[in-house]
Amino acid sequence: MHGLINRAVQCFLRDAYGADTWRAVAADAGIGANGFEAMLSYDDTLTDALLVAAVQRLDRPCEQILEDLGTFLVSHPSFEGLRRLLRFGGVGFVDFLFSLDDLPGRGRLAVPDLDLPQLEMIEDDGTAGRYRLLCRARHQGFGHVMLGVLRAMADDYGALALLEHRHTDEDAAIIDIHLLDQRHASGRAFDLAEGWRGG
Amino acid sequence: MSAARAPTAPVLPVGLDALGRLMPMSLWVGPRGIIHGAGPTLAKLFAGQTLIGAEFFDLFVMLRPRNVGDPSALVQCGGQRLKLRLRQPPHTGLRGQCVALTGGQGVLLNMSFGIAVADAVRDHRLTDSDFTPTDLAVEMLYLIEAKSAAMEELRRLNLRLQEARAAAENQALTDALTGLRNRRAMDLALEDAAQRHIAFGLLHVDLDRFKQVNDTLGHAAGDHVLAHVARILREETRADDTVARVGGDEFVLILPGLTSGRALNRIAERIIRQIEAPVRFDGQLCRVSASIGMTSSVHYPAPRPDRLLSDADRALYVSKNRGRGRYTLFTPSLKGDPACHCRAEPGTAQGQGAPGARA
Repeated sequence: MHGLINRAVQCFLRDAYGADTWRAVAADAGIGANGFEAMLSYDDTLTDALLVAAVQRLDRPCEQILEDLGTFLVSHPSFEGLRRLLRFGGVGFVDFLFSLDDLPGRGRLAVPDLDLPQLEMIEDDGTAGRYRLLCRARHQGFGHVMLGVLRAMADDYGALALLEHRHTDEDAAIIDIHLLDQRHASGRAFDLAEGWRGG
Repeated sequence: MSAARAPTAPVLPVGLDALGRLMPMSLWVGPRGIIHGAGPTLAKLFAGQTLIGAEFFDLFVMLRPRNVGDPSALVQCGGQRLKLRLRQPPHTGLRGQCVALTGGQGVLLNMSFGIAVADAVRDHRLTDSDFTPTDLAVEMLYLIEAKSAAMEELRRLNLRLQEARAAAENQALTDALTGLRNRRAMDLALEDAAQRHIAFGLLHVDLDRFKQVNDTLGHAAGDHVLAHVARILREETRADDTVARVGGDEFVLILPGLTSGRALNRIAERIIRQIEAPVRFDGQLCRVSASIGMTSSVHYPAPRPDRLLSDADRALYVSKNRGRGRYTLFTPSLKGDPACHCRAEPGTAQGQGAPGARA
């Protein structure tokens, strides 16, 4: 698994549960307290060991931890950059949803060996406002992370949406999206070129 | 009363060639879905095929909006973001926008490659001249190249730094003279074993008569003996064991999984026998021996590194006091009177048989 992903888990555990918890989880998983480097790749088994250790230490189901991780990545101030990159997906939540098809490609553009899940957004024919996000990844956990990301992005856009995660037969995850109101709240501000200011 | 005539917006008179130069990836699709005009770059995607007169939906798949499969639906898409791909390989992805033409003349569709621009340029052998000066595609390609080159350099730098850090960490944990682990490494290994609840045996080895070798034959001989002892300790242990030199002629061995008195006695016995074999240095024979104190983490409900070390140390002193070349396994009875273990006479059964006198 790419260091960026491992490091995201590390930062989440450290910032959401404290440095002591991170150190304990790292020790349980046989990872040094320094943790992961963002731009190196690591064996997948290390990520699994990390999650197993986190589940035991936090005494919470893996799915919940992963969903919280997704929300954390979008909403925590230290990951503002990631939120901004996602907001480039479109001016409204629906635009954003459809931009997810391009997410793996955009990720690869930035970091060539970053293996993000393949995402496919499907619009339901029958009912307006109903969508399905098909998520195919090497690691089952990505679907739950995406659920957390979508929840936080709906808030970010000020949209009101019901989201539900389920598995398919073919090892993929589906997130059912029921968009009730695209402009429910004002959402957070986003300027295209804000990222350049001051830096 | 004159009827107010609604002002008619002027219609832009522009030829297909000029339009193609301005928008080289534009397409004029007539009301029946037949292609009437195509920009030169778009034509390049269909090398060897004639676009004019072909059916739009034979060549393109509309991905979004969905269910747009006929010309009338295409007209309804005005103003929306379109997502398409070529029906034939390499199925290049496109995005675009269309506007309805006046007089029911169909639609004008303008497209670009979007995120997949680099792939498209490679697949269709496009060049700078296939993009207009107002199109940022070439700048995008430049950015991709420049960023990739910089990323590659950073990746290599990362790997070098990672290797350097591993080497530095290794050095910081290694005893330079013998290549064994040092005291810090021993502390880390003990902490790690305690934290992960790994059962282990602990040996504290102290050389006997080492000072004489140093004093009579010199430091070089002493160093030679230390290196020799280090080799023995390595040979008598497994790859997962920790063998550390923690002082001038003191060593600590951490042996995961080796906790029984019998196993520890056996290994102590072997180590002492090997160390007692004389070593030749510069034509001289160096003779040293070793005393060993041992303990096992299974004797403690909650094994604390400092406690185990001090108990192994106590057992070592019992060995020393019982004469050289002895080994002693710590038992709680060694703990009693602090004066007792110092004055213990050689051969007395301090630990009810636990202190092993060598044959």
